[in-house]
Amino acid sequence: MDIAFSAEDLAFREDVRTFFAEQFSPELQTRMRSNDFKAAIVDWQKKLYDRGWIAPNWPVEFGGTGWTATQKYIYETERSEAGIPPTIPFGLSMVGPVIYQFGNQEQKDYFLPRVLKSEDWWCQGYSEPGAGSDLAALKTKAERDGDDFIINGAKIWTTYAQYADWIFVLVRTSNEGKKQEGITFLLCEMKSEGIKVNPIISIDNEHSLNEVEFNNVRVPVKNVVGEINAGWTVAKALLAHERTSIADVAQSKRTIRQIKEAAAKEINGGKALLDDPSFQGRIADIEIELMALEFTELRTLAAMSAGGFPGPESSLLKIKGTELQQATQALRMEVAAHYQGVLPTDLDPEQLGHDFGSEARRSFMYGRASTIYGGSNEVQKNIISKFVLGLE
Amino acid sequence: MNFDFTEEQQMIRDSIARFVQDDYDWETRKAIVASDKGMSDSAWQQFAELGWLSIPFDEAVGGFGGSIVDTAVIMEEIGKGLIVEPYLATVLLYGNLIAKAGDEAQRGALIPSIIDGSTLGTFAYVERQSRFEITDCKTSAQKAGERYSISGEKVVVLNATNAHKAVVLARTSGEQFDREGLSLFVVDLEAEEVERFDYAMMDGQRRANLTFTNTPGELLGEEGKAMETVDAVIREATIAIAAEALGCMGVLNTKTLEYTKQREQFDVSISSFQALKHRMVDTMMAFEQTKSLLYRAMCEFQEDLVKADVTVHALKVLLDRNAKLVYGEAIQLHGGMGITDELDIGHYAKRLMMINTTFGDVTYHRNHYANKSYAA
Repeated sequence: MDIAFSAEDLAFREDVRTFFAEQFSPELQTRMRSNDFKAAIVDWQKKLYDRGWIAPNWPVEFGGTGWTATQKYIYETERSEAGIPPTIPFGLSMVGPVIYQFGNQEQKDYFLPRVLKSEDWWCQGYSEPGAGSDLAALKTKAERDGDDFIINGAKIWTTYAQYADWIFVLVRTSNEGKKQEGITFLLCEMKSEGIKVNPIISIDNEHSLNEVEFNNVRVPVKNVVGEINAGWTVAKALLAHERTSIADVAQSKRTIRQIKEAAAKEINGGKALLDDPSFQGRIADIEIELMALEFTELRTLAAMSAGGFPGPESSLLKIKGTELQQATQALRMEVAAHYQGVLPTDLDPEQLGHDFGSEARRSFMYGRASTIYGGSNEVQKNIISKFVLGLE
Repeated sequence: MNFDFTEEQQMIRDSIARFVQDDYDWETRKAIVASDKGMSDSAWQQFAELGWLSIPFDEAVGGFGGSIVDTAVIMEEIGKGLIVEPYLATVLLYGNLIAKAGDEAQRGALIPSIIDGSTLGTFAYVERQSRFEITDCKTSAQKAGERYSISGEKVVVLNATNAHKAVVLARTSGEQFDREGLSLFVVDLEAEEVERFDYAMMDGQRRANLTFTNTPGELLGEEGKAMETVDAVIREATIAIAAEALGCMGVLNTKTLEYTKQREQFDVSISSFQALKHRMVDTMMAFEQTKSLLYRAMCEFQEDLVKADVTVHALKVLLDRNAKLVYGEAIQLHGGMGITDELDIGHYAKRLMMINTTFGDVTYHRNHYANKSYAA
């Protein structure tokens, strides 16, 4: 057991650093924080695609990088150091992996390259108003009509549906047997007639969430991934991939760095907040948990590199990862003190007297969702107790 | 020993609760927050007519002569209704500073217009470098004949957008962190020599940075001796916002309990899950513990200010922890609905967050508690 970087690893790290420094321009960063967000993200993902680095977790045969767990770790660490956001997960971490795992050849040939090239923007049609933690209670139904399904119902909490070209959607195709048995996983074009997207303003005062209504929406039967009425298996596999990507330890490490930088400049009665032992203790408490979680993530990555798919252990990553994200976001709010409540995001920092309050607020407020989405942390604990500990 | 509220206090409580129910429902509040001023003049006039603006002031200036408990009763109801009108800034800061530091003429001239609702006020004391240390004051005041002229900047000033007048903390002698040499001044915020930079906060309230350039100010209290008054007023106001927070926490607990009874998943109400039941027991205990320490602070405040001083630090520490637990669970147990702007849950959370960072945050108060309790 060791984590020493080999000469190849060090050379790889140099490559990654150079690429990020050259390609992730200040102009791109500015665009990502503006109304041009979608185009900026797509531009960045295309650069990653051109470099061959768009899908580190995919198998090589479908366009993955073939990196070792160490290389993946190096890549994520460097990405976070450089302040680069993760790729948008709906295509690359969700629908892509289930298509190469469950899709037929035609689906793989058509969709996978488009996901890799960021040609389609995907969104996730899972939750419904009455089906949140109890996802299998979903009611959106798809009725067969010749070579099509006709979908009626509504999905909710659909992130970036306003940008999306495609939605992967769980629909009820049968009411026979257990509720998990009549579910089908469908791919549906957002421009289809009968789809309506209603914005939901979230607690961070931004618009990323939506409700998506389906009124007699036609989807060809060939867009079923896996078997009809066997969508629950596909749905669960996707959730396991999603959970692994939610932990984002690298982002929490970055937030800790931001906290330290800012706390060094915050002066209370002539003394820097960072020099206050009681505040140091607060940072240390979080940092120590993160040190452990970083290795939990590495252990999961190592197991996946050995050819496995993420198992129920990924629930641990999701729970601890989101708890620590929230802890770091909350501590950053404390550093911002009075300014944590500033609502406008476009004020002149010089005039306001502060430069990160509004950004800290947005991350903290939206961060409250992380313990709810991707299967709430309560559901993750049920998964661990049932499938890891064997408790009924 | 008696923890009951008087009949008068219950009447005040009922009158505010009725106001919230009849005239300040969620849609009304939303419209007020979205309006240009971010507050309602007509609501403020109602507060004046109902006598709430007179509660803490002496009968000699037309007040009700109320105690800290009366103030807390009002603030708890303000918390329950998530009222954004500037009771804290106008009555408990601006008004109380004048009541405590002003001479008879100043009290007689300034307090009646607070009570009748015609003057909105605030206290300008935070500077961009000062964080929570009030004595870290660079704003200065020079005496020129009978008047003083004030220069410097105050930031995140509560209610500054709408306030007509402010009490401003400024240095008349001494160095940046000295307790001595700080003085209070009444300043007309509509004066030409005041520049304002307005912005909205996440709790629906408005704040502003104020820049003073040779702005005329009227000395309030003894020159150079402001801190004793400031400490007393802030201590009282801290108890008041803790009561407001308790109001917010109570609403969150009640609404969350209701929601979990209604919300069905896995064919049962989610309140039937033991894991969730225990969490709601925890939030209920957090509420009760906060209430107990608030009562302790109020009792001591009326008898022994030295003890009360340490207990107020303790209260702010416990409130921080318990408020975070209560709003965190309220959002989490409401699931997706909890993170929408539409539902009121997040708005109560945001007010609690702002209270936690007003008059010193958890780190600040824990340090002061420890220094005052354990230092040799």
